[in-house]
Amino acid sequence: MTVKHHLTDDLLMAYSAGDLPEAVNLIVATHISLCDECRSALGSYDAVGGALLDTCDTVELSGNSLASVLDMIHAQDSGIEENSAPIRVQDDILPAPLCDYVGGGLDNVRWRPVGMGVKQAILPTSSEATARLLYIPAGTAIPDHGHHGLELTLVLKGAFQDEGGYFGRGEIEVASEDLNHTPVADISEDCICLAVTDAPLKFKGLVPRIAQPFLGI
Amino acid sequence: MRRIFGMFTTTVLSSDCQVSPVAKGMEMRESCAERANGTDTLTAGMRNDVLPWVDDLIAVRDARDEAAFIRVFGHFGPRVKAFLMRTGMDAALAEECAQEVLVTVWNKAHLYDASRASPSTWIFTIARNKKIDVLRKQRRPEPEDLPWGPEAEPDQADVIGLQQESEQLGRALRDLPEKQRELIEKAYFGDLSHSEIADQTGLPLGTIKSRIRLALERLRHSMK
Repeated sequence: MTVKHHLTDDLLMAYSAGDLPEAVNLIVATHISLCDECRSALGSYDAVGGALLDTCDTVELSGNSLASVLDMIHAQDSGIEENSAPIRVQDDILPAPLCDYVGGGLDNVRWRPVGMGVKQAILPTSSEATARLLYIPAGTAIPDHGHHGLELTLVLKGAFQDEGGYFGRGEIEVASEDLNHTPVADISEDCICLAVTDAPLKFKGLVPRIAQPFLGI
Repeated sequence: MRRIFGMFTTTVLSSDCQVSPVAKGMEMRESCAERANGTDTLTAGMRNDVLPWVDDLIAVRDARDEAAFIRVFGHFGPRVKAFLMRTGMDAALAEECAQEVLVTVWNKAHLYDASRASPSTWIFTIARNKKIDVLRKQRRPEPEDLPWGPEAEPDQADVIGLQQESEQLGRALRDLPEKQRELIEKAYFGDLSHSEIADQTGLPLGTIKSRIRLALERLRHSMK
């Protein structure tokens, strides 16, 4: 599948520089797992970091620095053989970085119903931004809302449509403060998304505003 | 030749490597093999300038070559420490973290792929992750690895092509107008979001975004 909706340059550069909240890092890493174009672009931003490291000033290390580093590597090498990579769960829907946060595959997600058949699961990240998995039954609309901050929505299964276009698996919508939108899950199948927000959403109607504290969004 | 610099080129080019990549590739393969065997036959004058530090990292990876590691340490240690101090760490903390970064270089050398990242780029990513770990106290989600198929050894032409692109990028960065380079450095070194840079410099957010965009355009242009 060709991914048509990508990460912005801002987000790729900030991911490479390490300036993003954990939840945003998570959605960037998940998108890149599904998108070769953004993976390749990330390689370029990392290379900018490498070039900066090349040209940056130097600060002398302390005199016994080399000795203590060599001590550390000797101590390790005589101990455990190799840092074995953690065994990663394989899942058809959730790419590896998400499996790490779910603690397993899609079957291990602890969904909580939030009304209208919609379910969510908030993932454990630092508090500057929130990452949640959303399960939206086919054809269901998420109420019309705007944002105080950034909202990123990445489709993992099914598709949704809103004012910004049609988004299928691997595609990400980057919605800023000026976008009011009503995402509707495609009618053909239930939709699973990863959504990341760095501030509470602003719902237009009265009922969702009352429901908001319960939704936790 | 596989291009990884996707920000700058979106098409895969096969015939744009200027310095007969095959011949060069053979040369490099020989010198790598010699080093991996522990018989460092290169004299100081012949030290490989096309692939600075690649051979040393490969010797660390394949032969656990401590002399090569000490050279890597001597070159990158002071750079990593300077980088970490610019992210806001004091000298003592930066020293401790720089040591840990170099230990990670040793421990993770088996993951180093010279056709995917230059030594500086690879070590930058390790230092950056250390910064996130220490300053933000967060773990960093990484993309899923690509299923790389059966080809175990990367093509030497890819390795050389990547190094040349890296050097070209380094020159392009140095040639950026001061005001643009400063902002790119702040973003990478300072652990600052664009709006935090705005607070710090007093520049409007729009100016910062457009300067960074201009800088990236220039880099793209110079990589063509």
